[in-house]
Amino acid sequence: MTTNTSRDEILRRIRQALGTPTPTTPPDPTTIPRNYLTTHAHRTPQQTTNLLADNLTDYRATVHRTTETHLPHTIANLLTHHGTQRAITPPGLPPHWLTHITTPLTTTTTDTHPDPHTLDTIDTVITHSALAIAETGTIILDASPDQGHRAITLIPDHHICIITPDHIVESLPQALPRLNPTRPQTWISGPSATSDIELTRIEGVHGPRTLDVIIVTAEPSTAPAETVSDEPSA
Amino acid sequence: MSGTYLGLPSFPKAAHDSTRDTQLRANLTHATHTIRTKRATAINELTDWPQLRAAGAAIKDHTLHHLDHYLLQLEAAVTAAGGTVHWALDANEANTIATQIIKNTGETEVVKIKSMTTQETGLNHALETAGIHAYETDLAELIVQLANDKPSHILVPAIHKNRTEIRDIFTTHMTHWGRPAPDNLTDNPTDLAEAARLHLREKFLNTKIGISGANFMIAETGTMVILESEGNGRMCLTLPDTLITIAGIEKIIPTYQDLEVFLQTLPRSSTAERMNPYTSLWTGTTPHDGPHTFHLILLDNGRTDTLADTTGQQALRCIRCSACLNVCPVYERAGGHAYGSPYPGPIGAILTPQLRGTTTPLDTSLPYASTLCGACYDVCPVAINIPQVLVHLRERITQGGPTTTHGTRTTIQPAKGHRLERTTMRATRWTLNHPTALQHAHNLATHTRHLHPQHLPGPAHHWTDTRNLPPLPPHTFRHWWQHHHQTPPTTNTGKGTDTRSETATDTGTDTGTAGTDTGTGTGTGTNTQTDGGPQQ
Repeated sequence: MTTNTSRDEILRRIRQALGTPTPTTPPDPTTIPRNYLTTHAHRTPQQTTNLLADNLTDYRATVHRTTETHLPHTIANLLTHHGTQRAITPPGLPPHWLTHITTPLTTTTTDTHPDPHTLDTIDTVITHSALAIAETGTIILDASPDQGHRAITLIPDHHICIITPDHIVESLPQALPRLNPTRPQTWISGPSATSDIELTRIEGVHGPRTLDVIIVTAEPSTAPAETVSDEPSA
Repeated sequence: MSGTYLGLPSFPKAAHDSTRDTQLRANLTHATHTIRTKRATAINELTDWPQLRAAGAAIKDHTLHHLDHYLLQLEAAVTAAGGTVHWALDANEANTIATQIIKNTGETEVVKIKSMTTQETGLNHALETAGIHAYETDLAELIVQLANDKPSHILVPAIHKNRTEIRDIFTTHMTHWGRPAPDNLTDNPTDLAEAARLHLREKFLNTKIGISGANFMIAETGTMVILESEGNGRMCLTLPDTLITIAGIEKIIPTYQDLEVFLQTLPRSSTAERMNPYTSLWTGTTPHDGPHTFHLILLDNGRTDTLADTTGQQALRCIRCSACLNVCPVYERAGGHAYGSPYPGPIGAILTPQLRGTTTPLDTSLPYASTLCGACYDVCPVAINIPQVLVHLRERITQGGPTTTHGTRTTIQPAKGHRLERTTMRATRWTLNHPTALQHAHNLATHTRHLHPQHLPGPAHHWTDTRNLPPLPPHTFRHWWQHHHQTPPTTNTGKGTDTRSETATDTGTDTGTAGTDTGTGTGTGTNTQTDGGPQQ
């Protein structure tokens, strides 16, 4: 076929250009200098969490902090506050997180591709996350059972995303070793945004326009009052 | 390259018109100044920016120097992950492969993510010819497509349009493409974005084929990476049944770990953000999640010819961040369309003539579309020395010489229209190598100084149309030297102090007229400086 011919021709041209007419021994990438930093500051876990909250807020996600005990309340209150009529969750989300929800809830299954038209009728999606990067304010979803298919976090206009303490890292170089590159990944840094009109940042156009991030913190000896509000906590 | 860009005028002619468009210049100045200030702030957050920049350049160079190895590794990984890999020598072949894949599905509509590569191949036009309609889903690309315009910026393709112009485009054209714009649409950006959201959502939910480019392709895992802001990319990558990705062969990086460099440098260089809102990674196909068929088309289209040029190949490091556009004084005034290619600005000025070859007046004019100020090199996150390549390409255009075209080593002739420049340079070289001739030339020039016209005749008038011809001094430097140094320099021993002070004073007074002498002084200097102790 033409394609095979083109494949051979492109490889021939590359080898001619490089002056290596026959395939060379495997390259040695260790010569690449990697003396950049693995993190840009020394931080306590608390400082890292605060930085994450700050950076998420900077990109107009709304950050809420709560404890594991109060998490079900927080989720339920956010749905009420948003006026959610229908919500969707992935199959692996811990059931006890959803015990206070009164909104009609759909749970996807892992072995069927969700119908986009159905998803378009759903207001809110609730998921866990694979990882969060403090320095960039990034949440990573990797389609694990507690995050579900990529489509469910894409079509509904409101995403409630939960970050647990063991899933927070400081920087990009710390994040990659903890992820599996062959899983479909979606990295989210703030809600959908565009700057295409006179470089004015606008939430939209296509993904969820409202991103509520719940950072679960360790249980303190005296539980603080729940901090669900429109106001970013950071 | 793209049929849509063929036949465009050369850069000076296009820029001649665009620089007179005051609206365009106002839009561009506002946009580029905004983003360049923001970018500087974002970069300053990273104290290890120089190291990240060096690592990015090294990763790209390493990959280019082993491109065959990494492409084969990528092909094996994508195939193992359920994808199909195609190779395309040129734009036509890439378009033909994509058209055939779509025809095999029986579909006639596709949704597209903003992709420089498909702009380069002119895919939309090719699909339209085959009866397939391609919908651009990036807001800026939508604006450009509805207006039947062309993109003018790598990152913000509609940077040349302001909000009122966009409102008018939506109101007039959306109705012909699908859901019309809402009644009484204002020019408020939020309202405009909402109109686009509604217009495009019906396309996303119903279209079975998506087409994308790729920001990065990871050889070791076969993973594709796309960075975006709006979410239209996620829509196109996730909802259709079939996904076709067309990417230049230089978009490859060896390992997953390499992303840690580019995901720090690319967003900050392009949109001046710590991270772009959405980044998508996918590897082949995933059961029950996303498209069940994935095709990757690897495109050459002049890249291997560029690779063969040891100076010019660094253009292939480009990660399409567009930082060089936003700092370029020429881009800011001329706008992206003047570059006559999907790749405008400084990177376009070196990439386009290498990908397409220097055969048209437009391509031969591009390496001159620069002041060589070097701002583009300073901001480039992969340290492409754009001024160096510009000068290199200028030499190729005026001198001709060995190059590689369509994989064949060849020697090209100097480009048309540069004969005068070449003849002048050759004459200059000969004169500088013949001291007597040079002296006569100097004498002739200074003695006829009152006869010199303000505007040069012939093709040289382009130069004096916008500049004053520098006045020549009444005497040549040789004449001045002979007049002030009657005694031979060898007898000056012991009078060094006097000579120096005299020289210093005279140099001061002569500076005003010395401008032209510095140019001719090179030749004179070689004759007299050997024994001219007082010079320093």
